[in-house]
Amino acid sequence: MSYISLKNVSYQYPYSKQFALQDINLELKKGKFYGVIGQNGGGKTTLCNTIRGLIPHFYKGELSGEVLIDGTDVRNWNTGELSAKIGYVFQNPFTQISGIKETVFEEIAMGLENLGIEKNKIIESVISVSELLSISDLLEKNPNQLSGGQRQRVAFAAIIAMDAEMLVIDEPTSQLDPQGTEDVFAIIDKLKTSGKTIILVEHKVSLIARYCDQVIVMSDGKIALNGLAKAVLSDPRLEEFGATPPEVVHFGYAMQKAKKPLTEIPITVEEAVSLVEKRGKQS
Amino acid sequence: MSIQLQNVSFAYPDGTQAISNVSLEIQDGERLAIIGKNGAGKTTVVKLMNNLYQPLSGTLLVDDIDTKTKTTAQISHLVGYVFQNPDDQIFNKDVISELEYMPKYLKLDAKETKARIDEAVEFTGIKRYLKRNPYDIPYPIRKFVTIASVLVTKPKYLILDEPTAGQDRQGIQTLEHLMDTLQERGIGVITITHDMEFVANNFERVVVMAHANVIADASGREVFARDDIIAEAGIRKPQLGELASALKLKGDLLYLDELVEAIK
Repeated sequence: MSYISLKNVSYQYPYSKQFALQDINLELKKGKFYGVIGQNGGGKTTLCNTIRGLIPHFYKGELSGEVLIDGTDVRNWNTGELSAKIGYVFQNPFTQISGIKETVFEEIAMGLENLGIEKNKIIESVISVSELLSISDLLEKNPNQLSGGQRQRVAFAAIIAMDAEMLVIDEPTSQLDPQGTEDVFAIIDKLKTSGKTIILVEHKVSLIARYCDQVIVMSDGKIALNGLAKAVLSDPRLEEFGATPPEVVHFGYAMQKAKKPLTEIPITVEEAVSLVEKRGKQS
Repeated sequence: MSIQLQNVSFAYPDGTQAISNVSLEIQDGERLAIIGKNGAGKTTVVKLMNNLYQPLSGTLLVDDIDTKTKTTAQISHLVGYVFQNPDDQIFNKDVISELEYMPKYLKLDAKETKARIDEAVEFTGIKRYLKRNPYDIPYPIRKFVTIASVLVTKPKYLILDEPTAGQDRQGIQTLEHLMDTLQERGIGVITITHDMEFVANNFERVVVMAHANVIADASGREVFARDDIIAEAGIRKPQLGELASALKLKGDLLYLDELVEAIK
């Protein structure tokens, strides 16, 4: 059975005549890592809001079709229980930081306090999640004095600490440097290995290619492409839908054009290297 | 004319040394990328150029004017700064008011105001958002609103802090087109970014910062060929550069054509 199931789902934000989502059919399985890419304004964040139940519970507007979360219609979910089940890391870390806590420690602990977790357990979780995200040295600092990259890590830590079954993560690395970005992907990958279901919105396709099982491309409120990462990222129509393929995909097509074809189109550097070496051995 | 940093140092009130003895010169009409890890001092350097901060030691000249002798407002019309976080910059109720704010402050007449706003709107592709509340539009588009609101002041130098964050293919193309146009008009563009493909494809000159210093100032090709610099700065190569290295191809290949050519 699918963990999340959307059947003929359409949605309009309040006072909007446009469909933010149009006729979406999507099945997500437990324990998989899904990447969502595509043009801005194409429906990526709205899809996340729907899966997380913020639509229809927080955003009103017109929702039609069926959204099942672990077998129960989203409309019938209690919002508190749903937020404990599905963690949501917002796109803009400046928005997610509460602004009402004086230290990073308290900021991360806040969600756990709201769940009524025992004090010692909270301290333990905050410390372990801070180590995971390399922010132990920030715990005493004021969240409002952090850099964009640091805030992004803190916002992410606060959600991981909640230990939800599923995580919806909207561009967690937009303010991070390449190493910080790699670190975050490695952490997400670890969460996946521990059985979490992950939905990640991200423009950094080279990392999507390396880590995601499946990729969904959103365009004009519809699902333009949906399938295994390899098939979707090497699809020649990708750019039409506002997404940029990894550079090695361009390389694969350029090799074809130069009459030096590889046996398939690579989506990662590792794959490209092995395909080029394989070609060298054949010729 | 140019922006000149001469042995500039700066530390934050908590004692963090953000910039240590940095010297750098940027000509008008030049296009420059500043890259490096979070915390390397990139944003501090550009805030010094814009006179949001003043050097604790050393001298910073903007077109021969020592920034220490001026206020932020007196320098910021020469050196426009688009903040990393658009929410730090936006304060009006709709996009058009945001764009009209600076022309009013500069006491421009209606005709000039309209001409400047029309042009900034066209460059940034935000026409359909003019009547919207800036906070109701997506983050990457909000970034273009802040770019437009700085463009209307007609700066001689424009600083873009992480403009590619969250941008889709179209957003990146809009940025590329904008930088081309500004350069043609002799406006210097200084861009902080973590997007190495964007750097390789768009910048002749790349400044690498690490631990409060400039550790390299060269062409993208030279910088990405230096594994020691890449490691010290904690950055990575653009993907095709990574591929060329992994394939042990000779030279400092960075672009598609040369890579395809080099493989027999």
